[in-house]
Amino acid sequence: MNAWIQAIINVFVNPIFYKSTLNQSTPLILAALGGVYSETTGVVNIALEGIMLIGAFGGVVGSYFTGNPWYGLALGVLLGVSMAALHAWASIRYAGDQIISGAALILLAQGITGFSLVELFGKPGSTDLVRSIPLVNLGSFGNVPFFGKIFNSLSPLVYIAFASVAFSWFLIYKTRLGLRMRSVGNNPEAADTLGVNVYNVRYFGVLMSGVFAALGGAFLSIGELGQFTENMSNGRGFIALAAMIIGNWSPTGAMWAAILFGAASAFNDQLQSQGILHLAINTQYLFGMIPYIITLIVVGGLVGKSRAPSADGIPYIKD
Amino acid sequence: MNGLKKFYMNDKIVVPVFAVITSLFIAAIVMIMIGKNPLMAYGALIFGAFGTKGALINNLMKTTPLILTGLSVGLGFRAGLFNIGANGQLIIGALLSTYVGSKMIAYPFYLSIPLMLVTGMIGGALWAAIAGWLKVARGAHEVITTIMLNYIAVFIANYVVNGPFQAPGGVPKSPEIAYSARLPILATSGATWLSAGIFVALAAVVVVYILVEKTKLGYEVKAVGFNPYAAEYGGISIGKNVVMAMAISGALAGLAGTMQVMGVYYRYLGALGGSMGFDGITIALIGQNDPIGIAFAAFLISSIRAGSNQMQIAGVSKNIVIIIQGIIIFLVAANRLVKTFMFWKRKEVEGA
Repeated sequence: MNAWIQAIINVFVNPIFYKSTLNQSTPLILAALGGVYSETTGVVNIALEGIMLIGAFGGVVGSYFTGNPWYGLALGVLLGVSMAALHAWASIRYAGDQIISGAALILLAQGITGFSLVELFGKPGSTDLVRSIPLVNLGSFGNVPFFGKIFNSLSPLVYIAFASVAFSWFLIYKTRLGLRMRSVGNNPEAADTLGVNVYNVRYFGVLMSGVFAALGGAFLSIGELGQFTENMSNGRGFIALAAMIIGNWSPTGAMWAAILFGAASAFNDQLQSQGILHLAINTQYLFGMIPYIITLIVVGGLVGKSRAPSADGIPYIKD
Repeated sequence: MNGLKKFYMNDKIVVPVFAVITSLFIAAIVMIMIGKNPLMAYGALIFGAFGTKGALINNLMKTTPLILTGLSVGLGFRAGLFNIGANGQLIIGALLSTYVGSKMIAYPFYLSIPLMLVTGMIGGALWAAIAGWLKVARGAHEVITTIMLNYIAVFIANYVVNGPFQAPGGVPKSPEIAYSARLPILATSGATWLSAGIFVALAAVVVVYILVEKTKLGYEVKAVGFNPYAAEYGGISIGKNVVMAMAISGALAGLAGTMQVMGVYYRYLGALGGSMGFDGITIALIGQNDPIGIAFAAFLISSIRAGSNQMQIAGVSKNIVIIIQGIIIFLVAANRLVKTFMFWKRKEVEGA
């Protein structure tokens, strides 16, 4: 028992745990922000999982063919927005069932990435290694004890994620466009009466969700290693949705919830690298399920307190 | 929720048929774009699905669990629930029934077979009921909870077959079930065989049909799915019926996993569930949530899946099948798009 306590303490005093938390949170923050944009305007987007996957794939493909990871990032975002556009088209223009359309796009993303992977790289499973986005070197700050180890050599996407939270908070709560987004998500009829173009605002929300979810996905593939593996989003889109719900559909709330999930995942990784779990290989599975159980408990326990936009998930059909 | 009930009121044949044909057509264009001949590829697919006795046996073997996961998702849709958790329910059902089956060595088949069937269904039902309860008591959306339960089920299964319930050697797997708990084999060809599980699946089609169309429970479940507020006003409990519908949906998924154990693998293996839960969504949508429609849709999807191996040998990655399924679901979701297109075509014909 003492060995366990010691191992847990070792995790918390190690700066690597905090760095890993930042890295694991980044894709979740970005995708959860995507969810906030879409659902604030009243469109449920469970396709985040698929958009992340195609964003990750686009990142690697762009980097592979141009040699420039930033072009990869651009391609990933482009593909993510295209996928979001399909969702918007089905659920806004054609008032389709948003959840089913989202499920379809998840499958589509899995199929397209799996198929193209074989076509472009000649083998299933994973792509070749490509150039990844260079990490941010903080110079002499890297020598500062503890904090230097946390913040040196992070991906620029980590900073972009946190900047996006601030940007999105400002956009949604402090601008006219944000007011329109919220009114369209809560009462589209009233917004329509006041002259707001409900469809256009919803298109904006869904397309922005494509931008952010794809950025989150691209972080997975070209943020550090520079490789795409099949199904590498691995449920993060759904965890991001849970983070958005726990965060009460606000950018900052979603960010904190995403950090919580990132920390749980980083904690699990670090605890395993402490060696104590090598005593029994299968205990890693018990620890692996913790973030999902937390999600279940939190979604089940807190959802009464958090409140979705009133018209979330309901297509608006103009008479 | 609103959209789900609209599904059922749709043109039941036109939308799915249009979706299937369009998806095959789009996939053909993709094949042409990468320089492959779609006619050859689809020829290989048809040969791989029906061309030989072995192909047909393999196809029907794959149809068996797909009918059950299709029924599982379809029943959920009828109750206004989107059960994405069929995979997790299938895993828990298969695990529980395998455990019971492995303890039945001293028992005759007329005890061990029913006992495995029942425990498999109970396992799936309980796992799904968690999501049902969370929805009713806490307002948690079943899409998120069932997906989380899927991940948790995978971790539990990995834990169990890597430790307390592990058979020695090779890939992680459970011990075998007793011979008395195995389903009779109807036909064999090489290394594949068809078990009596196909009859269990067909019996489930009949039972679900009777349950949904002819019983009070089925009526209440449909009423809740159609309009929960009206149903409650009419004295039907939303909560009870949501949990019941979820449990029955889970029982069907658990039975799908149990069929894989009793008729195919004779033990629990990680790969046993595959993508059957997600396939169940496609199948329920193509079958328009109608039990008989689902049986045919399961055979269609199984044929595409079974044939895709042959297509892969002919040089087209079988991932194209996942794309085809994605397009089918997308088109059924955007059914107004399909109807607009059909209407537009009809008008054009009239105009000409």
